[in-house]
Amino acid sequence: MSETLLSVDDLKVHFQMRVGGIFVGRYRPLKAVDGVSFDLQAGETLGIVGESGCGKSTLGRAILRLIEPTAGRAVWLGDDLAALDPKAMRARRQDMQIIFQDPLASLNPRMTVGEIIAEPLRTFEPGLGRQAVKARVKDMMAKVGLLPQMINRYPHEFSGGQCQRIGIARAMVLGPKLIVCDEPVSALDVSIQAQIVNLLMRLQREFGLTLIFISHDLSVVRHISHRIMVLYLGKVMEIADREAIYSRARHPYTQALISAVPIPDPDKEQAKQRLVLQGDLPSPLAPPSGCVFRTRCPRATELCAQQAPPLEEDGSGDLHKVACHHWRE
Amino acid sequence: MSNILEVSSLDTRFATPEGEVHAVNDVSFHIEAGESVGVVGESGSGKTQIFLSIMGLLAKNGQATGSVRYRGKEILGLPSRELNKIRGVTLSMIFQDPMTSLNPYLRISKQMTEVLVEHKGAGEAEARRRSIELLDRVGIPSAKDRFDLYPHEFSGGMRQRVMIAMALLCEPDLLIADEPTTALDVTIQAQILDLMADLKRDFNTAIIMITHDLGVVAGLCDRVMVMYAGRVVETGGVRDIFYRPQHPYSLGLLNSTPRLDEAGATQLSTIPGQPPNLQALPTGCAYQERCPYVFEACRSREPALQSFGEGRAKACHLERLEGKRLKEGEPA
Repeated sequence: MSETLLSVDDLKVHFQMRVGGIFVGRYRPLKAVDGVSFDLQAGETLGIVGESGCGKSTLGRAILRLIEPTAGRAVWLGDDLAALDPKAMRARRQDMQIIFQDPLASLNPRMTVGEIIAEPLRTFEPGLGRQAVKARVKDMMAKVGLLPQMINRYPHEFSGGQCQRIGIARAMVLGPKLIVCDEPVSALDVSIQAQIVNLLMRLQREFGLTLIFISHDLSVVRHISHRIMVLYLGKVMEIADREAIYSRARHPYTQALISAVPIPDPDKEQAKQRLVLQGDLPSPLAPPSGCVFRTRCPRATELCAQQAPPLEEDGSGDLHKVACHHWRE
Repeated sequence: MSNILEVSSLDTRFATPEGEVHAVNDVSFHIEAGESVGVVGESGSGKTQIFLSIMGLLAKNGQATGSVRYRGKEILGLPSRELNKIRGVTLSMIFQDPMTSLNPYLRISKQMTEVLVEHKGAGEAEARRRSIELLDRVGIPSAKDRFDLYPHEFSGGMRQRVMIAMALLCEPDLLIADEPTTALDVTIQAQILDLMADLKRDFNTAIIMITHDLGVVAGLCDRVMVMYAGRVVETGGVRDIFYRPQHPYSLGLLNSTPRLDEAGATQLSTIPGQPPNLQALPTGCAYQERCPYVFEACRSREPALQSFGEGRAKACHLERLEGKRLKEGEPA
């Protein structure tokens, strides 16, 4: 866990949104991701959490250049991905894959499971013979817990959990180094969710995979991640090791998120003092001045309206970073 | 205390091209005034269909039989005109997606006042005043200014509040909430759960909370009903179910739920296999293929729901379940 696989530096994704008039529209930037930086070590899992609209999915896609970043860099093992020409980028994609939230929607209904899982192989290893492809596919199916004899079935014949296994097999078949998991268990029932989380953790151990795990569910993220990044309106509020986030969160937003999650234990849950945030997420088209969180923050002061707090280390020496003027209080 | 709702031997079947689907099987329960009951289970367990049957809202190919007594009066199979005298008046239901339950063409003001004018014979001005008061109560900021907006002008959390306010207009004695916070972010969910706890305390409203989230149940409910494959497999007080579950499925659900209050980078315990196919249920217990405690009786006879002890019942052949809730990382 020492080699830096990916280094993201001040990454920005701004969408130009048309506002106002029907004929003469003006454009205003929607800052979906606004200056995000982090390093990803080989073999670790980085959890990215935040509420809907915080930019976590956009960030995941921008890292893979599925959405072109507006500014900033993503450096993959020393190469700036944004500087690669399409052909070189395409070759690099063998190392980085993605799995999606809706397992059934991300599979082509007209292809058999075998064809779906074989597609990356046909694209990147066209020289591979039919029997060899079939063998690789069956091997992968067994590794993700699907019966290899189901190779000729269609996606609709599988349950949600099994479809997610197909998506994982498709992402794994080229032996990637990084998989971005975009809410991979949100659509699944609890009992199935646990199976998929265990599968991802087992695959990580077996193949030394690096994972970016995007989710709104803090309980699942706690379980699977080594480090956790908290996003709010496209900005990093806090990033730290899992234990640091859950036992000594510095940022008031992280604290509120954690206290909002219901715990399946009646005594604890009914006795809990919840830190309830007022109001809703502000419109990302008109984010608050200064600190973006200040409109819902219980600790907001004058300073927060004037200046955006920098993301700084908390001095504990374990790379715990927080962006808040008042975290020391 | 008196029972508001008494359901006995409720069966709901759907006619489909592939044959009949038994979505709800022989379900019986009751709810008292001011009580809150959690109904938990995974998708397809029939938890929503029970209440759609009760409210007379089943899809056209659905048929419910059995008995549903609301304040002592049989309401199952009543014609819409009769049902409308209680539906949305003293018996209200809110749904997961508020956008599909609000009329997008009508202002919130119109949709709310209509209820009072129609059911309570209130005057227009009185209805407006009362509606705004309730929007205030459920925490809509500057409710007066927002009263004449359309549903799309509200955020998701606010729409759910509007739905709750609408459901409360006629001061129902029973509120059925079907996954009311599932589509919301955790911080908004916390606001809505606080609101529901207030309602229970301030208005003595009985609440039925249909959810797959055990954390929500732990915080709000007095009693719990666990559903599997269209049947109630265990019922009991919330602490009994969470601390001393007696059905292997209840235990499995609790153990496979990741928890924020417990650390661990080890395996989550899982329930093996897939949720059941309602069209091809095995002979005997529906849970047998996923159950770690399965024995001969489970494969031949279906276990009936039997009481054992104070307010508890389970449908399981096991004499006594010795399994316990695992801390993360403990081997199963």
